[in-house]
Amino acid sequence: MKGTVTVDEALCKGCGLCTSACPKGLLTLSIRFSARGYHPVELIDPDGACTGCELCSVICPEAAFTVYRARAAA
Amino acid sequence: MTVPTLTRDMMPVVSYPDALASTPTHYCPGCTHGIAHRLVAEVIDELGIAQDTIGVASVGCSVFAYNYFDVDFAQAPHGRAPAMATGLKRTSPGKIVFTYQGDGDLASIGSAEILHAAARGENITVVFINNAIYGMTGGQMAPTTLPGQRTTSSPLGRDVASQGYPLRMSELLAQVDGSAFIARRSLHDVVNIRRAKKSIRKAFEVQQQGLGFAMVELLSSCPTNWGLSAQDALDFIRDELVPAYPLGEFKVPPPPPDAGEREAR
Amino acid sequence: MARKLLKGNVAFAEAAVRAGCEAYFGYPITPQTEALEHMARRMPELGRSFVQAESEVAAINMVYGAATAGVRVMTSSSSPGVSLMMEGLSYIAGSRVPVVLVDVMRGGPGLGNIAPAQSDYNQMVKGGAHGDMKMIVLAPATVQELIDLTVEAFDLAERYRCITVVLADGSLGQMMEPAELPPMRPPRPLEARPAWALTGARGRDPQTITSIYLDPEEEEAYNMELQATYRDIERREVRYVEERLEGARIAVVAFGTAGRLSLTAIEAARAEGIAVGLLRPVSLFPFPEERLRRLAEDVDALLVVEMNAGQMVSDVQRVTRERVPVHFFGRTGGVVPMPEEVLDAIRGVHAGLAREEAVA
Repeated sequence: MKGTVTVDEALCKGCGLCTSACPKGLLTLSIRFSARGYHPVELIDPDGACTGCELCSVICPEAAFTVYRARAAA
Repeated sequence: MTVPTLTRDMMPVVSYPDALASTPTHYCPGCTHGIAHRLVAEVIDELGIAQDTIGVASVGCSVFAYNYFDVDFAQAPHGRAPAMATGLKRTSPGKIVFTYQGDGDLASIGSAEILHAAARGENITVVFINNAIYGMTGGQMAPTTLPGQRTTSSPLGRDVASQGYPLRMSELLAQVDGSAFIARRSLHDVVNIRRAKKSIRKAFEVQQQGLGFAMVELLSSCPTNWGLSAQDALDFIRDELVPAYPLGEFKVPPPPPDAGEREAR
Repeated sequence: MARKLLKGNVAFAEAAVRAGCEAYFGYPITPQTEALEHMARRMPELGRSFVQAESEVAAINMVYGAATAGVRVMTSSSSPGVSLMMEGLSYIAGSRVPVVLVDVMRGGPGLGNIAPAQSDYNQMVKGGAHGDMKMIVLAPATVQELIDLTVEAFDLAERYRCITVVLADGSLGQMMEPAELPPMRPPRPLEARPAWALTGARGRDPQTITSIYLDPEEEEAYNMELQATYRDIERREVRYVEERLEGARIAVVAFGTAGRLSLTAIEAARAEGIAVGLLRPVSLFPFPEERLRRLAEDVDALLVVEMNAGQMVSDVQRVTRERVPVHFFGRTGGVVPMPEEVLDAIRGVHAGLAREEAVA
């Protein structure tokens, strides 16, 4: 896989902006509740489609994303 | 929950900015204050100026901005941040001073202070969050509210006959000789957010170069008081605010003379 | 008119409308912004003036302008915003034009917070701004009183050509209570404006409204006119409420919300056998000095309860001149004391009196 992201659930407010920003639709709001009462976003990427394009981290108002890219692509 | 697999060749390319405090913010979900804060923090990190930066928080939703940045901060009365920044900057050689203000703070009660900070060419950087409404106090009309826009103090829609026209602060301040860099950008999508960051960086660099007053106006959203979802609010910026507040750089410092010219002289 | 559940801020705004208020100029500030929002809708509906000014400084000067035209005009704000209005209020006092101001106090100083407080007593009661000025200051404790005093404020301001302040706090502004609004009193027609008003010098000599008197002796003479007005106000406009003072050995002196919650404590104290009552000043300027002096003769101790660090207590001490011990209980910074805390303070005063008697 070329890239992946992690979301800090202590920061995510479930605003959903990243779910529209991700060009591959890999982000969805979970049905769980975070400790702060929001539905945190999660990456669902069974096929390893994430390229680490960073668009989610650019739109995120909480700076909740850490974006990773494989060394060759980085 | 799917836990991403971090293989050994994965490098973090984006992580939490150092200049941003770890305190979760009180802003509404989807509020673009968070994006603006992140961009300012990233620029401070990239320029390596965190330990020499002093911010001035204003009165509005961002009144607690000082809790969200890991830099020194002062809190100014409503509208007075440019005056406080003047006092700070002139007595703090080598420090970088910036204000972070909303549309009520900057364009309403603070209209004299911002005008005169620009006129004096104060070497400060102003981050101006324009979301065309008063957020903190519950959605009243702002000087940048659009004609026809409904707010709690323009309940039938802003009536220009009795409530006047919106102010385009970037255009106004670009007329002032003391302004060195004035730009308006938008935070409504990734492309524009990236351009916004470039302008914010320029606005700090202009201060570092001692060229005069620098301001970046950022078209922003207020989902709660606009009564829109976070994504619809971004679309509102794109569809309604951008046409009313054109994007671009309204004043830029003149380019430095190039080597050839210098030698010729 | 029937009683309705009304929010304080909306109540005073609508009360002003019905008192014939012709213009409202203000600025958003918590905890009174609902008044501005109500006026934003009502005033245009009735063909009257409303502007959300660019700041409180601009707002008070818009008020000043309308006042010089002899129009019934008001503004409302909260502590930091009222501070901004001080220059304008001095000009207004120095020009003897009538103005009504509702101040919904909040925690301070500085930006403070949006919680209720009474820490602007000194600011408002001592005159507030520069110069030898005073403003009539009325302190409601219920939404009904807030309505009634707002209506009266317009009459008082016009009768004495002065500023009348309705001094409320955030809890009164935000709470909802059943209350009755007065019937609508229409604004005056142009012909009925006061003789001194600037309405255009048609059929009369031009007149000026100013607060500048360059010659000091002239300025002093003008000030003596103002002083005469204030003496007049002191003689005729004292207002207070007494509760449970029959046979009281301790009197609580408290205004506004502090008075209201003190009454709860007093009822509980009475049930415990403590002979305590309440003097609740409703006019803070003019201060009920004569009543307080008489009260000091009748009781063994006074307990001043305020939502500040001790402001009215100084006036109580000054007026009663050490006739009785004056105790103080206060919470400040936006903290609203619970009746239990006031009850504890009453018990403390009572215990102190009992100790003195035991020793005597």
